Amino acid sequence: MALDKPYADVPGTTIFDADMARRGYHLNQFCMSLMQAANRERFKADQRGYLDAWPMTEEQKMAVLARDYNGMIALGGNIYFLAKIFSTDGQSFEQAAASMTGLTREAYRSMMLGGGRSPKGNRYKGEKTDG
Amino acid sequence: MARITAGVATSHVPAIGAAIDNGLTGTDYWKPVFAGYDFSKEWIRNNQPDVVILVYNDHASAFGMNMVPTFAIGCADEFAPADEGWGPRPVPKVVGCPELAWHIMQSVIQSDFDLTVINEMAVDHGLTVPLSLLFGQPQAWPCRVIPFAVNVVVYPPPSGQRCYQLGKAIRRAVDSFDEDLNVQIWGTGGMSHQLQGPRAGLINKEFDNAFLDRLAGDAEALAKIPHLDYVREAGSEGIELVMWLIMRGALNAKVRELHRFYHVPASNTAVGHMVLENVD
Repeated sequence: MALDKPYADVPGTTIFDADMARRGYHLNQFCMSLMQAANRERFKADQRGYLDAWPMTEEQKMAVLARDYNGMIALGGNIYFLAKIFSTDGQSFEQAAASMTGLTREAYRSMMLGGGRSPKGNRYKGEKTDG
Repeated sequence: MARITAGVATSHVPAIGAAIDNGLTGTDYWKPVFAGYDFSKEWIRNNQPDVVILVYNDHASAFGMNMVPTFAIGCADEFAPADEGWGPRPVPKVVGCPELAWHIMQSVIQSDFDLTVINEMAVDHGLTVPLSLLFGQPQAWPCRVIPFAVNVVVYPPPSGQRCYQLGKAIRRAVDSFDEDLNVQIWGTGGMSHQLQGPRAGLINKEFDNAFLDRLAGDAEALAKIPHLDYVREAGSEGIELVMWLIMRGALNAKVRELHRFYHVPASNTAVGHMVLENVD
């Protein structure tokens, strides 16, 4: 029997469940390697070469190179692991989150200063969303 | 006898740590956040704990995908700040309390909560940001700390109900420790936030304020909120709030709310903070 996924109808959200964790294992472990300064330097010097040392799918590697965070999440990446990539790039959580919403950093920051994204219209897939 | 005297709930947003470390606490953006902790800094100076049991979650720092313990207790003599990708925070090492930690481990496992024992662990912003918020920037942290890590990263996290009951088991463990210690328990993380995907930036002030309203006096029912409600209402990372329920479970049924603070935003997150004192 398939595992129950009651959260599947929440829009714009990927729950890092057993299926995603399995799919993203090597992608996430690559991210963990960036917690060491020497590895960050090696990665920055030759990103493609560094990625090729990991048994990740080509799709996952391309998403990393493009810094496509929504793409990485769809391929099993978890945001706390992916944070090692944008930290290596010198980016904040705010900048990374903005990039996933399609907003500019300024527009995202202004949305947050205005109280954040309302849950209204953002609770169920198919509702009218504000973002 | 050791006794739990008070509980502290607070968000542990990494950008708060960065603001402290980079001297930005007085800026227009950050000043209102730190003002919300003025009371608590003063309070804790006058109510100095010997030990803090600090309930937090690791954010893929100590625990990668190589191991994912649901509940883990730090039993070591000390814990170093983690390098999360931009170098370790310039904060003091965390000094543990192995004798109490091992005592809690044995007692709580015998209460049917199967903890993982950790003896080597770097501690990330989830643990060090709350210490900075309450203690500022001392040369050494003024008390010993038992890191208590909860998995809220890999689905499924423990339920609110399970966390609340675990708090009660921790309480029984502390009550049965012979040394005379003033112990506080802190529950960290939250409040509403979502860091991922097109719905990132979600904040729910109504949900958060209802949670704050109910934490002191209606925790039994609050603990019954299911995982899905946190995700839908408080964002995918809002689930961190279950860690507040461990703290609440470890306090008396009756508590006094000494302080409450709520502010939006800190980076992507709604900041919530509360100080609760046990009433006999």
